[in-house]
Amino acid sequence: MLGLEKKDLRLLLIVIGLTMLAPFILNPFPEGSEMAQFNAGYPDLMQRFVIFGIFAIGFNILFGLTGYLSFGHAAFLGVGSYAAVWMFKLLSMNVLPAIILSVIIAGLFSLLIGFISLRRSGIYFSILTLAFAQMSFALAYSVLTPITGGETGLQLALDDPRIFGAAQTATGNIPVPALFGLEMRASYELALGNWLFTFNAGYYLAALFLILSFYLAIRIFRSPFGMMLRAIKSNQTRMSYTGLNSRPYTLAAFVISGMYAGLAGGLMASMDPLAGAERMQWTASGEVVLMTILGGAGTLIGPVLGAGMIKYFENIFSKINDTILHGWFAFLPDGLENFVVAIIHPFIGKGWHLTLGLVFMLVVIFLPGGLVQGGQKIAAMFRRKQPEDAKSKATEPAE
Amino acid sequence: MSNSKFSRRGVLKTGMVASAGLALPQYLRADAHAGFTNAPGDSEVILGFNVPQTGPYADEGADELRAYELAVEHLNGGGDGGMLGTFSSKALDGTGILGREVKYVTGDTQTKSDAARASARSMIEKDGAIMITGGSSSGVAVAVQALCQEAGVIFMAGLTHSNDTTGKDKRANGFRHFFNSYMSGAALAPVLAANYGTDRKAYHLTADYNWGYTTEEAVKSSTEAMGWETVNAVKTPLTQTDFSSYIAPVLNSGADVLVLNHYGGNMVNSLTNAVQFGLREAQANGKNFEIVVPLYSRLMARGAGANVAGIFGSTNWHWSLQDAGSQAFTRSFGTKYGFPPSQAAHTTYVQTLLYADAVTRAGSFNPCAVAEALEDFEFDGLGNGPTLYRGADHQCFKDVLVVKGKENPENEFDLLEIVEVTPVEQVTYAPDHPQFAGGALGTCNPGA
Repeated sequence: MLGLEKKDLRLLLIVIGLTMLAPFILNPFPEGSEMAQFNAGYPDLMQRFVIFGIFAIGFNILFGLTGYLSFGHAAFLGVGSYAAVWMFKLLSMNVLPAIILSVIIAGLFSLLIGFISLRRSGIYFSILTLAFAQMSFALAYSVLTPITGGETGLQLALDDPRIFGAAQTATGNIPVPALFGLEMRASYELALGNWLFTFNAGYYLAALFLILSFYLAIRIFRSPFGMMLRAIKSNQTRMSYTGLNSRPYTLAAFVISGMYAGLAGGLMASMDPLAGAERMQWTASGEVVLMTILGGAGTLIGPVLGAGMIKYFENIFSKINDTILHGWFAFLPDGLENFVVAIIHPFIGKGWHLTLGLVFMLVVIFLPGGLVQGGQKIAAMFRRKQPEDAKSKATEPAE
Repeated sequence: MSNSKFSRRGVLKTGMVASAGLALPQYLRADAHAGFTNAPGDSEVILGFNVPQTGPYADEGADELRAYELAVEHLNGGGDGGMLGTFSSKALDGTGILGREVKYVTGDTQTKSDAARASARSMIEKDGAIMITGGSSSGVAVAVQALCQEAGVIFMAGLTHSNDTTGKDKRANGFRHFFNSYMSGAALAPVLAANYGTDRKAYHLTADYNWGYTTEEAVKSSTEAMGWETVNAVKTPLTQTDFSSYIAPVLNSGADVLVLNHYGGNMVNSLTNAVQFGLREAQANGKNFEIVVPLYSRLMARGAGANVAGIFGSTNWHWSLQDAGSQAFTRSFGTKYGFPPSQAAHTTYVQTLLYADAVTRAGSFNPCAVAEALEDFEFDGLGNGPTLYRGADHQCFKDVLVVKGKENPENEFDLLEIVEVTPVEQVTYAPDHPQFAGGALGTCNPGA
């Protein structure tokens, strides 16, 4: 079905299941319990999971298939967001034109940068993309302030034209992004006993785009084009000796992955209509590299898992503070309680970077194939019958 | 490889699945709670403290968080009550807010608009925060303020000095207690004229982002109004750490005053460079060369060390003020943490109290009722003398302190001395002043 092999179809169905049931899966702990801190099923984080998932899937098409490590991918995400917010300002608050334009603009921008950067490969390519991204960031932060809003970011205002929609709502507020009247912020809350599940319109729109992106990525991975990209990764010199010009293929992969980033940027602006220059900073570009490696570069589902993992740490661990810790360990005697809190303190709140760093190191050292390899190892433990089969399916690390 | 077999049945099936997926969101609607976003229960109310815990302003963020914790303690009746005793409004009695115990959640803004908005959204969507406060950069404050407007909660700005926060980017749900660039310029100009004369030539170095622009404009227009001349204004990248190449041309430019529109680490580095280049001892146009830093903070003064001695600047509040409110706050902060509070701590503490008081006076947590209670509210006893929360732009109007780096500081906290308290009349401006033009408050949004 859908031109997919059985295995890929199963993977796609798993992704569809996970995204559609995410409000349940991410809220395993009842409201008001101590563990509710670890619930991730609120609209903002769920949206971030799938949006960064799209971003990482796109990045993986370039990095995982061709081995070209772009260190400036956040620039395309940023350009996409700016394009989307400008559509909200000028055209209307409907998200569709905004998303379409952001994909197109990011595609054009990546065509330009890719055309120049792909003249080199390896580390030189990475440095070139990094330089372009930092340049875009610096321009957006200061010189291009009239277009990008500078440090404050590009925001909507009450006096924007919005030619195909109302500039203000009846109550005198800025309208919110919507899909033909369905507000992206609208949520339906379902209370089951002590559990509260939130179904958010914006999340499901983004999830739909994730499924489409994932499907497209499978098709690319399994296509002759994808095979060509893999060939470039394994030995580009041999490719050129056989008389094949590989640059059109790498450029195509670069543009496709830039458009994915643009889609992610457009969706981000649709969920929260503001575009800031930090989105293009090198740390943001580094983040998507981490997501891909953490999840498993070159695998289909890996980048999505990696994106979810990093966003989870950023949003959940950074919000745990000492007061909450004292709440958890209140059952211990006072001295011991303070001791345990002091031990955990460096890893939570402002220390979330540290925790993430440790996890990243563990993954890279023990699971070079990323979380996907971890999953395969666990699966292999339960399926001892066909060890050679599991071995042949094991993921190869990216480099 | 690719095996595209588009059978009629397959296409139909796919179409059904896709249309079901598309139709699904149509069944979703905004939740049906009447009234306003995150209406608190009967026993507790949750406030969201969104401060930079990592990144360049982590010091300010840490101090803000300490002040918030202190404010919550005082609101719940703990500690010595701090400024509750000196506050002119007596609505708060130490039993929480409207009888509900105050709880709080914290988040890390990373001094990035995106991260700050993500953190604020999680406080609103997950933790049910009724009010968001914090931030120590104008970019973040403006971004979070816009978010709170959309979501329908009150935003009490922390450390944000740019004119834009209550100027072109003002929002009906957002309130700022801190002073702004215009006030700095208006307060500094007369002091500069009295000390350095009215025929000076100024050279500006400006951090290349919104706050830098508004501060440069404010200082420029105030000093030019009293006769100064601006020789040149150079933008410096925010990430710059070595300002030598920017300082070198200053001496030969014909200027005799250097204005550093820098904040935080930028200011520490540029001032240190300027002093190393011997600008303090230099002579230009037959006068002593002078340096001015429009926005001072104690944390910055500590970073720059002895270089700040004798340099003028402005600040929102300083712990050495002698009024009852400042003393009460400095005492309870010092008792709890062992050192005096910074101006960031002061403004965030006051903002929390002001919010709690407004809710109590309004008798409701509804953001619109709270906003109404805050608008044109006059109060005293919170450390800045009589203060007005102006309804037209949600900016506080109060006296501004002009300070100078101490020549012989006694300890690491005693770095600034107050030169003059500029009265509020002198720093007041019309809501449609050109430096604040271009925005609209809109109407308050109570959310769902």
